[in-house]
Amino acid sequence: MAKMSLEQLRKLREEKKQDLTRREVEGKEIQIIVGMGTCGIAAGAKETFDAVVKAVEEKGLGEQVIIRQTGCMGLCYVEPTVEVVKPGMPTVIYGKMTKDVAKDLVAKHLVEGKLLDDHIFDRPAADIMKK
Amino acid sequence: MAYKNFILVCAGTGCESNKGIEIYESLLREAEAQGVKNDVQIVKTGCFGFCEKGPIVKVLPSESFYVEVKPEDAKEIIAEQVVKGREVKRLLYKKDEKSASNVKVEDIEFYQKQFRVVLRNCGVINPENIDEYIARDGYSGLEKALFKMKPDDVIAELKASGLRGRGGAGFPTFMKWDLTKKAPGDVKYVVCNADEGDPGAYMNRSTIEGDPHSLLEAMAICGYTIGSHHGYIYIRAEYPLAVERLKIAIKQAKDYGLLGKDILGSGFDFDIEIRLGAGAFVCGEETALLQSLEGKRGMPTPKPPFPANCGLWKKPTVINNVETYVNVAVIMTKGAAWYSKIGTEKSKGTKTFALTGKIQNSGLVEVPMGTTLRDIVFDIGGGIRGGRKFKGVQTGGPSGGIITEKSLDEPITYESLSALGSMMGSGGMIIMDEDDCVVDIAKFYMAFCCDESCGKCAPCRIGTKQMHAILEKISKGTAVEADLDKLEKIGKSMTKASLCMLGGSAANPTLSTLKHFREEYLEHIRDHKCRSGKCKDLVVYEIDASKCIGCGLCARRCPVPCIAGEKKQPHVIDKSRCIKCGECFKACKFGAVAKK
Repeated sequence: MAKMSLEQLRKLREEKKQDLTRREVEGKEIQIIVGMGTCGIAAGAKETFDAVVKAVEEKGLGEQVIIRQTGCMGLCYVEPTVEVVKPGMPTVIYGKMTKDVAKDLVAKHLVEGKLLDDHIFDRPAADIMKK
Repeated sequence: MAYKNFILVCAGTGCESNKGIEIYESLLREAEAQGVKNDVQIVKTGCFGFCEKGPIVKVLPSESFYVEVKPEDAKEIIAEQVVKGREVKRLLYKKDEKSASNVKVEDIEFYQKQFRVVLRNCGVINPENIDEYIARDGYSGLEKALFKMKPDDVIAELKASGLRGRGGAGFPTFMKWDLTKKAPGDVKYVVCNADEGDPGAYMNRSTIEGDPHSLLEAMAICGYTIGSHHGYIYIRAEYPLAVERLKIAIKQAKDYGLLGKDILGSGFDFDIEIRLGAGAFVCGEETALLQSLEGKRGMPTPKPPFPANCGLWKKPTVINNVETYVNVAVIMTKGAAWYSKIGTEKSKGTKTFALTGKIQNSGLVEVPMGTTLRDIVFDIGGGIRGGRKFKGVQTGGPSGGIITEKSLDEPITYESLSALGSMMGSGGMIIMDEDDCVVDIAKFYMAFCCDESCGKCAPCRIGTKQMHAILEKISKGTAVEADLDKLEKIGKSMTKASLCMLGGSAANPTLSTLKHFREEYLEHIRDHKCRSGKCKDLVVYEIDASKCIGCGLCARRCPVPCIAGEKKQPHVIDKSRCIKCGECFKACKFGAVAKK
């Protein structure tokens, strides 16, 4: 994109804000967000990311799911961490999400609509930008 | 089939011992009995923190947060929440007036003790996509500054916010900016200190990795305020991912015209470059950092002159820590009035800490200033790993001091920490338990300072070496009691006479452990005993022949190996070859290996 003027920046911000509230990115409803700070990567987040991509493809969900990366969620003791946003399901953060568990995650959470035992952790704080 | 409700039962170790599993099972039984097992999924989760109020049960999507739940409550939870769709009021968490931290921002504090200002975007946005930052009001602070405010308005806003430097000493940020703005000269610089070198600290790294644009935005705001067009980020080469994400962020911001010439058509130019540090701890000291930026050997220079008047290439320079800048971006976006409600009278805002060491839930946390250490260690951190006893927290790394049990309820502010002989430092918090030895800790930090001393001034160069030698003697059991006075004397002289804060604070870990745990030092000296077994020269491992059944486990674990014995006969350790690793002590199931 070329350099923006003030007007263009404001327009872009509004557009992107709406994307956020629609909870929909590039026309895809389900988001899987992998924490990829140094802490996550050291604990195997890259392998987790690849395993999620593979499992999503195997289940034929590629059309509905977008897999994204983010920084450290703060839960370093249970890395790798993965957040799942799916309509009709509560948004949850999963910890200790190694590549093997990642397969279960796709099968259970996305396909069966069930949460995984023993892997859910709480978001550490409310979002100050939501107000 | 889709569930209408999800009941999360905390089965972390804290709550598990508090009947988390029993509650989980009663909920399952009740769901079955009341015929709603297809409407609700009951899930075991990891620790939610907040363990003192455990066991915790959370119901989604209603977000009902129940505390101190008992197995008998299962029936009511299922009947009310799942069958009738309403909350069980008596179990809901009620804000405890007394322990409520100082956040006064309406509606924000629910049950969480953390409050994320600096880390607001970390773990939320994709750090490699500028659009996501923009969508969360990113660059609106810069926009406000450039088009609605004069430089003096920005300074007034910062003053009203009460922001103080997060790198350590807590100097008011507005004052630094104002001095630099008023300093004569056409060329001025904005420098970011991202040389995070304290052992155990990684807040700045995570902040940059998770939200690099916040830093860029704030530096541009600073440039506009003080009349500078060049910014430098001095960051450790050991942080490759953070550097990579900064590079991507700078490129994206330039493409969008949010950095570079004529930002957003305002006529203001600002560029940022990255400079890599080679990992010298002293370069975190601002004057040494500036020397290193200029391509010279990183050694501190005396102050005054301060960087605000004579900084990078002798030009007026603002130098702030990563966290300070990121706070500025939030203040400009959400306003000083909002910001100044967080924290205490003199310490405004929040502070990020990296919790490491013997803590259950290690991680990156952010709390309002004024939160107590107890809240951080026991609520957010979930207490000590393995149920061991808390001994102390080292804050501020090699420049800080140890804080003990009796000061756990002290609210964290710049003033309270320095009164305790520690300091805010950058925010590394290393938690220690009863298995840690204070002499060993003091020796570790002193060895670190000794290695990292740049050697320019004598008090630090010689003082760290001498103190380390004495600590070494104590750990070997060859010291005398008078050595403790010597430690104090050298430490105090170093604190007063060193050129920069590296030497000026290097004695803190030793002096504070000596103050709080003198008895343990004396045990090393008088009784040649290290109660934790960390000082290997003072420990002897022996096998008690009357308890040993000759299973041979210790001999198999011994890495040397120096344990011998016939099967089913008492074994013997060859002390001359023993390396005192303690494996046999840990391995023995019969308590036959004694540590003396």
